[in-house]
Amino acid sequence: MKNQNNAIITVDHLLKKFDSFTAVNSISFTVNQREVFAFVGPNGAGKSTTIKMLITLLKPTSGQVLIDKHNIITDANNVRRVIGYVPQMLSVDGSLTAEENMMLMAKLYDIPGNERQKRIDETLTFLDLQQVRKTLVKNFSGGMIRKLEIGQAMLHHPHVIFLDEPTTGLDPVARRNVWKHLLELRTQFGTTIFFSTHYMEEAEEVADRVAIMQLGNVAAIGTVDELKKETKKKNATLEDAFIYFTGATIQETGNIREIKQLRANERRLG
Amino acid sequence: MNYINQVLKKSYFMAEMEVRKLLHDPTELATRAIQPILWLGIFGEALSKVRAIPTHGLTYLQFITPGVLTQSVVFTAIFFGLSIIWERDMGVLQKFLVSPTPRLALVWGKMASAGVRGMTQIVIVFLFALLLNIKLNISLISIPGTIVLVVLGSGFFTGLSMIIASLVKTRERFMGIGQVITLPLFFASNAIYPIQIMPQWLQVVANINPLSYMVDGLRSLLVSNSPGQLPVDIGILLVVTFLISLLSAYMYPKVVV
Repeated sequence: MKNQNNAIITVDHLLKKFDSFTAVNSISFTVNQREVFAFVGPNGAGKSTTIKMLITLLKPTSGQVLIDKHNIITDANNVRRVIGYVPQMLSVDGSLTAEENMMLMAKLYDIPGNERQKRIDETLTFLDLQQVRKTLVKNFSGGMIRKLEIGQAMLHHPHVIFLDEPTTGLDPVARRNVWKHLLELRTQFGTTIFFSTHYMEEAEEVADRVAIMQLGNVAAIGTVDELKKETKKKNATLEDAFIYFTGATIQETGNIREIKQLRANERRLG
Repeated sequence: MNYINQVLKKSYFMAEMEVRKLLHDPTELATRAIQPILWLGIFGEALSKVRAIPTHGLTYLQFITPGVLTQSVVFTAIFFGLSIIWERDMGVLQKFLVSPTPRLALVWGKMASAGVRGMTQIVIVFLFALLLNIKLNISLISIPGTIVLVVLGSGFFTGLSMIIASLVKTRERFMGIGQVITLPLFFASNAIYPIQIMPQWLQVVANINPLSYMVDGLRSLLVSNSPGQLPVDIGILLVVTFLISLLSAYMYPKVVV
């Protein structure tokens, strides 16, 4: 398989089976450099499984994925060096300060000792968190925590950043603020942003292209305008396109564990 | 060589952060002090009056002190598996696994963290033993020897708990299994009575129980002053801890699937 010229992620017939259940059914797509790429779909559609494979947490049953020319199976460690990841749950350690949380990631990503502090200072300044660097993270607001997580994920200047439901549970102001920084990240560092979301309006607002997952398949992929056009509906929204391609609204879906996790996250965010 | 360097370096980073957490909130140390104090202060005091257990010339409180230290270290370490499940639920574990950090470093980091917590238990047990007038051998050999045994014992049971966590996957199940494993391990050892008074079948279990080797090593250093068996105790703990760390590094990333 050849990595396409402008593609930073190339997914080719990616398949994941759990015993006889097919979670991801031989999907193929590419994501271009500097692109903001949204992954939408009901829970159980295979988005999380796909993301887990792309970030090297889960081995595919078959198929091939190249991220920045590195194979996720045979070259996983180099894939890990060029990606950043922000999980859905609030994954910073509340019992450490903002700076300590950043320092741990700087060390795990092998940022040289003489460069770590400078990189952390730059990142905290970029995210408007410099004033609270010595504050324990358990005293942060939800928006600040999310920004800190983005800071941890961008500290090593990844080429691609994966975000799983990055704004779930955030109020609109915090959500806007998080996206302001993510888009600045692309402008300043040319980072490709790959995110999954339940919020159709969020995908519509920020994504260059959207992939809609359904039952382990990519039901549709394209720009927001292209997807809306497919519905043949006047003034269609991305949600209309979602219903058109999947036959379900996003709120109808989700298992008990996912809903419990979502609510726990929202509780932590206040 | 580069791999070993990465493992050692990143294990240290992980453990360092655990120490920082303890420094930010040392209340955990106070709560962890309660259990050994109860075992020594109530159970040990009560049974020392009965004189029903042969202790080879030691007072029962002397005999039980290494066992209580072991128990408090093991109970702290075994619940590190719970923290793995919590970290999985919070996404912290996924973030570590997505970083270019060897899996073994994440295991050794946790083991070292448990070792640091274990060392605080040494201080607590020593201080309380002093208060109860329990005679312990405190020397330039016994202190580092105790630290080595505690770190190895903590490491073994941390590795075991991470494997359990990767199999059971939920906090509720882990709590149940944790109780089922820790208490039998404790009672099927030489922690509170000698192996010789156990039924034959239980002696077999006690002799393959790593906890017995930890207690034996600590007892020979701290109270019996007969370190002849010590190299064997340390050797066995070293081997089983190393092996379980390899198995744990293979198993515990599966907790995220």
